[in-house]
Amino acid sequence: MAVTQSARSIGSSFNRSTPAVTAARWRALRNFFAAMLFLLPSLVIFILFVFWPLWQNFWLSTYATDPIGRPSIFVGLDQYQRLLQNPDFPNSLTVSLTFALLTVPATLIVSLFLATLSNARLRGISIFRTIFSYTIAVSSATASLIFLYLFNVATGPLNYFLSLLRLPPVDWLTSTTTALPSLALTTTWLQLGLNTIILLAGMQGISDEFYESAKIDGAAFWDSFRHITIPLLSPTIFFLLVVDTLSALQTFTQVQVMTKGGPVQSTDVLVYAIYRQFYFNGNYGYAAAQATVLFFIMLILTIIQFGVIERRVFYQ
Amino acid sequence: MTSRFSLRRALPEVLLYLVLILVSAVVLFPLYYALDSSLLSAGQAASYPPTLFPTEPHFENFAAALQQAPLLRYLFNSTVQSTLVMLGQLITASLAAYAFAFIDFKGRNFFFLVFLSTLMIPWEATIIPNYLFVRSLKWADTYQGLAVPFMATAFGTFLLRQFFLSIPKDLHDAATIDGCGHLRFLSTIVLPLARPALGTLAVYSFLQTYNQYLWPLLITSTQSMRTVQVGITLLQDEERFTFNIVMAGIVIILLPTIILFVLANRQLIRGLTAGAVKG
Repeated sequence: MAVTQSARSIGSSFNRSTPAVTAARWRALRNFFAAMLFLLPSLVIFILFVFWPLWQNFWLSTYATDPIGRPSIFVGLDQYQRLLQNPDFPNSLTVSLTFALLTVPATLIVSLFLATLSNARLRGISIFRTIFSYTIAVSSATASLIFLYLFNVATGPLNYFLSLLRLPPVDWLTSTTTALPSLALTTTWLQLGLNTIILLAGMQGISDEFYESAKIDGAAFWDSFRHITIPLLSPTIFFLLVVDTLSALQTFTQVQVMTKGGPVQSTDVLVYAIYRQFYFNGNYGYAAAQATVLFFIMLILTIIQFGVIERRVFYQ
Repeated sequence: MTSRFSLRRALPEVLLYLVLILVSAVVLFPLYYALDSSLLSAGQAASYPPTLFPTEPHFENFAAALQQAPLLRYLFNSTVQSTLVMLGQLITASLAAYAFAFIDFKGRNFFFLVFLSTLMIPWEATIIPNYLFVRSLKWADTYQGLAVPFMATAFGTFLLRQFFLSIPKDLHDAATIDGCGHLRFLSTIVLPLARPALGTLAVYSFLQTYNQYLWPLLITSTQSMRTVQVGITLLQDEERFTFNIVMAGIVIILLPTIILFVLANRQLIRGLTAGAVKG
C-alpha cells in the first residue's frame, strides 16, 4: 500500500524516481515477465495452430491456389462470388442448417426427459444416470459404424423391428428423404450423454424452496415442471441450444462414414464439402472461403450466447 | 429434493422403474447390438432375421480382429497421441492457470480474453492452413503432427484456474516471503492440492483425443500411423472383413473408453458441468 501511494504522489517522471517507485515498477515488470513465461507455452500453441491459421484461412480465400495449396493468383473476393453462383454451396448450407434443426430440438427434448427421470430419488438411480450419460465416451466414428449396420435396409435390426410391428421397411441411408434424418438420429443418440449430464446438474442446482412453495399451492408435477423447472433451467437449456447447434454445424464423421455426402448430395454438410474441396479436389482457396463463412456463422451464434449469459449474470 | 418427491407422487415407484428400464434399454441398444454382433459366427452375421441373442458366443472373433487387422498398432498410436496431448495440456494449462490465479500482472484481462477467444474459433475453420502448415513441417504421419496442435487448452486452463482460485492467497504470500519461487510453489503446493481438477482434465483430454477423427484422417496416410478411429472405419471398407469381425474391432476400441467413463464418471461430470451450470 505504502509503496503504491508514494508512487502515485510522486508520479512517474523518470528523473525524480525514488527507491520506492523503482521498487514498485521493478516488481510490476518482474510479475509481467514471470506471467509471460507461464503463459508462453499455451500462447505459442494458440498462435501457431489457432490464430495464425485463422488469418491464413482468410488470406488463402482471396487466392487461387496451385495443386499443392500454394497461393498463386490474387483473386480478391472472387471465391466468395463463386460460392454463391455454384449450387453446391447453398445446398451444403441448407443441408447443414436442416441437420441442426433435425438434431438440436430432438436432443434437447429427449435429454430433458432423461434428466427428469434420472433426477428421481430412487434406490439405484446412479446406475441409470451412468447409462443415460455413457454416450459421452462413445466416439463419433464407432457410433457411425454401429448405426450403419443398424440402418442396413436388408438385414439391419431396425427394419426387422418395423416388420415385427407390421410396418413397411424404411430406406434409412439410401434415400434422399431419409438419409439426413437418419444421420440426425445417430447424432441425437451420440449427444444425449452430454446434454443429460448438464441438464441434470442444472436441475440439481434449483433450490428446494421453489418446489416447497409450489407444493403448498398444490401444484401437480406437470405444473411445477412447467412453471418452475423449465424457467429456472432456461439458462442451461439456452447454453446447450448454442453448444448443440455449433456441434451440429461441425458434423463430419457421421457423413464421411455413413453416406459420403450422398445420396445425391442430400447429406453434403458444410464441413464435408470443405473436406471434399480441399482434400480431394485441391481447391484450397475455394474451400477456405467456405471455412470463412462457417467461421462467421459460428461466431455470430457464440456472440449471441455470450450476450444472453451476460444478461443472466446481470439479473442475478 | 421436492422435485423428486413430486415426480414420485405423479408416478408410482414401480411404474417409474419400468420407464427407467425401458428407456435404458433403448439408450443401451446400439452398444448391446455391437456386443451381440461381435460374438456371432460369420454365418449368423449374414443371416436374416438378425440374431439378437448370441447363444453360442464366438469369442475367437476378438482374436481374429486383432490378428487380421493392425488393431494393436492403431491402439498403440492412439494411446501415444492421447497421452502426449494429455500431458501437454496438463503442463500448459497448469502454467497458464497459475499465472491467471496467482500472479498480479499488467494485461491479465487482455490475455484472459485471448484464451477465451480460442473457444470461439472452430477447429474446422482453421483446418486447411493447419493441414498445409503441419505438412510443410514434415509432420505428416508423425506423433508430433497428431499431438502438438492440441497441446494447449482454454477449457482446461479455466477449469484449473477456477480450482486454483479456491486455494487461499495467504498460502501464496507466505510462500513468497519464504523465498519460494513461483515454479516451486506451483509444483510443491498448488499441483498436489489440485489433483482432483488435474484428474478431470486428464480424463477429459484423453477421451477427446482418443475419439478424434477428422485430424488423424487428414494427417496420417500410412497404415502404421493410423489411429483407432480412422483405422476401424477403414476395416469396414475392406471386403475381407465380415461384419462380426468389424464389430469385434469396434468393441475392442470402444470398451477402454466406456470403462474409463464408468470409473471416472463423477470427476468427469464435475468438470463438464462446472463451466456449463455456473455460466
